[in-house]
Amino acid sequence: MSTSTEKEMWVSKLRKGWQKNLPIEKLLPDTQPAYVASWIYLFGVATLASLGMIIATGLWLSFEGAQWYHTSNVGHFANSMHFWSVQFFFVFMVVHLWGKFWMAAWRGRRMLTWITGAFAFVGSIATAFTGYLVQSNFDSQWISYEAKDGFNSVGIGSRFTVTNFGQMLLLHVAFLPVIIGLITLVHVLLVRAKGVVPPIDAFNKELGERK
Amino acid sequence: MSDRRAELEAAHWGGRTRRYDLIKEGVVAVVIIAILVGALATLFGSPDEKQVTFKEWAVAAPADFYATSVQELAGSSGTAGYGAPYNKASDGINLGPLYLAKLLGVTHPVDTVNDFVITPLTTVSNAAPVADALKTWQASDAKSKATWATNYDNALTKVNQDQAKVPAGNYGPVPELAAGLLTMAQAGSLDGALLSQGNYFQTDNTKQTLFLGDGTYFNDKSTASNLQGSTWGMMNETGRYPGQAWLWLYSFWYQIPPFNNGDSHPFGANADAWIMVIMGVLSFSLILMPMIPIVNRLPYKIKIHRLVWKNYYQEENL
Repeated sequence: MSTSTEKEMWVSKLRKGWQKNLPIEKLLPDTQPAYVASWIYLFGVATLASLGMIIATGLWLSFEGAQWYHTSNVGHFANSMHFWSVQFFFVFMVVHLWGKFWMAAWRGRRMLTWITGAFAFVGSIATAFTGYLVQSNFDSQWISYEAKDGFNSVGIGSRFTVTNFGQMLLLHVAFLPVIIGLITLVHVLLVRAKGVVPPIDAFNKELGERK
Repeated sequence: MSDRRAELEAAHWGGRTRRYDLIKEGVVAVVIIAILVGALATLFGSPDEKQVTFKEWAVAAPADFYATSVQELAGSSGTAGYGAPYNKASDGINLGPLYLAKLLGVTHPVDTVNDFVITPLTTVSNAAPVADALKTWQASDAKSKATWATNYDNALTKVNQDQAKVPAGNYGPVPELAAGLLTMAQAGSLDGALLSQGNYFQTDNTKQTLFLGDGTYFNDKSTASNLQGSTWGMMNETGRYPGQAWLWLYSFWYQIPPFNNGDSHPFGANADAWIMVIMGVLSFSLILMPMIPIVNRLPYKIKIHRLVWKNYYQEENL
C-alpha cells in the first residue's frame, strides 16, 4: 500500500513515468505496424549491430594494449575487425539518417528521437576521429599534425590537444564511447516509446484531406 | 501541419500490424555484420603504415633535419612562430576581430630552443665539440644566442641547406649543436628524449609531432600518400583503404575559393577557423533540421517516402 508521502518520492515518479511511456509491451514488442515493411528499416538495426562489433573489437584491443596490433597477427586482425566495423557503422548510419529524413520521421512528437539520432551521428564522427588519432602509425601522426591547426584556430586546442596521444586514447576508449552509448540508448528507447513514425499520408482519410 | 494530424501521428498505431521478432532481428543482424566484418578483415586487413621516427628522418634526409634544427634554435620554424597555444610569437588565426587561440592563452608551452634541441642534447653523453658547444650556449646571453642562430640559419638558407657550402661567419656553437642533434637522431635516441623531456612517464607527443612537421621530410611523405588537405587528404587513408569518408563535407571547403588560397584575406588566410565555424553551424543545423523552414518540408515535396511505404499505399489505396 502506498501513502501520499511515497507518491512524492522520485523513485515512484520515475517508475510511474516509465510504466506509462515505455511499458514492457512497447520495449519488447512482438508486432509492428504493417507499414514497417521496407529494406530501409534494416539500416537502424544494422547500425546498432555495427556499433556492437565496434565495442566488442575495441574492448579486445584495449585489453591487449595500444601497440599490440603493430606486432601481432592476431592483433592486426582485431584491429582490422574494428576498422571495418567502423566503416560499416558509418555507411549504415548515413543511409538510416537519410531514410529518416525523407520519411520526415520527426513527425508525431518524435523531434527528440531525431535530435538524439543526429547528435549520435555528430558524436560518432568525433569518436571515430580520436580513433584515427590513436592508430600510432604514420596516418595518425599526420592527422594529428594537420588537425591541430583546425582546433587551435578556434581555441578548442587549448584544452583538446590532438597531438597528445594519452589524452586522445583516454577520450576514445572512455569518455566518448560512454557518451555515444548513452545517446544511442536514449535514441532506441525513444523509438520504442514513440513507435515507428506512420506514413506521411496515413491519416489523410481521417482528416478529410486528399493525398 | 494541423494539431490533429500531429496527435494521430503521435498516437499508438491502431491499424494493421504484422508479426515482428525484435530479438531475432538483432541477433541475425549481429551475426551477418560479424561475418562481413570478419571476411573483410581477413581479405583486406587494415592500414598500418609505419610511423615516422626521428632516426628515419635524420638518416633519410640529414640536410633537412640539420636545417630544421637550426631553425628551431633561430626561432624561424613553423612552431617557433606559431602563437597560442604553444607560445606568444604571433597572434594566430582570427575570425574577424576575434583571436580565439590568443584569447585562451598559452596552455601547452613549447620552447623550440630548449625543448627540441638543448634539453635532448643534455640527456646523452656528447663528444667534445658538441659538449663544448653546449657549455658555450648555456653560458651565453640571449642576444648572442639569437645572433648566432639567425646568422647561421640565414647562411644555410642561402646555400640551399648545403652545410658544406656555408661561408665562415659569426655562428657561435650553433653548427656543432645542430650536428650533435643530427648524430643523436641518427643513433635513434632523440625520439625518446623529445617525448620524455627528462621525465619517466609521458604520453604527450606534441613536441615530437611539432618538430617533425617543421621539416620537409614529413610533409613530402604525406604528399606522396595523398594526405594533404588540398587533395582531400582529410578523408583519405594510407594505402588503398577507405578513410574518414564521413569528413567529405569538412574537406570540401578546403578545395574551393576563398578557402583554398592561403594568401587571400580574410577567409583564405584564416580558413581553418572559418571552416570550423561553418561545420559547427551545419552540424547544429543537422541536429535541429526538423525546425528549419523549407528544409523540413522537403520530404513532403520530394516524395521519396512513397517508395518506402509503396506497399502500404497500394494496400490502403492511398
